[in-house]
Amino acid sequence: MMVLCLPVAAIIFAVAAPAKVVTYTLPEGTEDFTLPEGEGSDVTVANCAACHSLDYIRTQPRGKGAQFWKDEVHKMVAVYGAPIEPADADIISTYLAKTYGEPVK
Amino acid sequence: MLERRQLLMGMGASIMLAGKAGAETITLPFANGERPMVRFPGKRPMIGLTARPPQLETPFSVFGEGVLTPNDAFFVRYHMSDIPLSIDMDSYRLNVGGHVDRPLSLSLPELKRMFKPTEIVAVNQCSGNGRGFFEPRVAGGQLAHGAMGNARWTGVPLKTVLERAGLKAGAQQVTFNGLDNPPAPDIADFVKALAVDHAADGEVMLAWAMNGQDLPFLNGFPLRLVVPGYFGTYWVKHLNEITVLDKPFDGYWMKTAYRVPDNDCQCVPVGTKPTSTRPIGKFAIRSFITSHVDGTRIARGKGVAVSGIAFDGGSGIAKVELSTDGGAHWREATLGEDLGKYSFRPWTSSLDLASGDHVLMARATARSGETQPMEPSWNPAGYLRNVVETVKVRVS
Repeated sequence: MMVLCLPVAAIIFAVAAPAKVVTYTLPEGTEDFTLPEGEGSDVTVANCAACHSLDYIRTQPRGKGAQFWKDEVHKMVAVYGAPIEPADADIISTYLAKTYGEPVK
Repeated sequence: MLERRQLLMGMGASIMLAGKAGAETITLPFANGERPMVRFPGKRPMIGLTARPPQLETPFSVFGEGVLTPNDAFFVRYHMSDIPLSIDMDSYRLNVGGHVDRPLSLSLPELKRMFKPTEIVAVNQCSGNGRGFFEPRVAGGQLAHGAMGNARWTGVPLKTVLERAGLKAGAQQVTFNGLDNPPAPDIADFVKALAVDHAADGEVMLAWAMNGQDLPFLNGFPLRLVVPGYFGTYWVKHLNEITVLDKPFDGYWMKTAYRVPDNDCQCVPVGTKPTSTRPIGKFAIRSFITSHVDGTRIARGKGVAVSGIAFDGGSGIAKVELSTDGGAHWREATLGEDLGKYSFRPWTSSLDLASGDHVLMARATARSGETQPMEPSWNPAGYLRNVVETVKVRVS
């Protein structure tokens, strides 16, 4: 009996008292906080990266023109409620259109 | 177009080393499709769509490994960058309130003890799975076909929990909120709603386990909603708040986002906007060849074994057919193990292929009669892709 009891007790203890705080550690180094340098890149990084990683921008289809990026920035501000000043929104739209609005050569 | 596809090879076939030492990338078969292969705790190398919040796509080869998608390969999709990274299970409660007789506040052990557990095998698929293949391209997460997965979920029917709380007369909708939060105060929290009849249909489930294990953290630990046959947007993760309403919910994620054209095809002419919309609902029927990817070279010989998966919004798969001549002729595949009407249904076939290039197509038909179109439909959000997919192989 003693031989059996010990492992059983150990199992009960393990089930009854698991770690109560469950944590998750995101890996480091998966996020690239830079965009190609250009007029407005600093404003774009500062505003967009406040809420999400910049791969959201980099992975969008290219060659969609200026309106595509104007619409995206408008959506972030007017629809999602991103706290971006109107003047900054214009700078961001212009930068994104110039950087990502043309087809990849 | 063809040249580019050939150059890019197929999904899963083009993993290569990037310039940075040790950084692997994969190139998905559409323009601007290069992605890092990323390692997150509890996950095997996954296709990294975004880092914050994490969005991880399943490498397509995983779907050829078995009918259930392993937990460590199951896709991850978040909306809000303020995701929970520490959950105290002593204080965690599922709160059920609103238009009910007896509000509940349940710890996870209480939920497991007070209600009878059930299991269901069901596909979860992102509304935008395959968005990267839309032409013309649309904004949003540029996914190939890896934002789907099939798992055995364990939990309790939401119906029994709602019964315990007691729906008051006039209950219309039930909303679901999780522990993730918006990154700024004016941004709408991610909250979804179901009609009360749907929520209490006995199939919608509060699940704590997936394929016999606790939910992986990034897949919604400790509890998520499972809405069989419905797109993943409703499968709220880290679920802690259920509220019964006596009126329709008008939050952003129902009223503005995740909406489809309000017509039979849920589509509009390319490049146009719908005049009216409704919340996205059930999956459209799909099938995939998983035994071969674009660009596979096959040695000539008798019967080439071809296999894959099919699923629909819950009527179940009636048949899967294959074509090697652009859809002029179809031959029926053999359906495999039936794990339930919400599961991937595996299928196998044997094709005699002469030397040369071949385009393989798979087309599923549901028990409801729904089948896959040969031409893709289009909507501005890039949802609901379900065209007959093709795989190009070379026999020599």
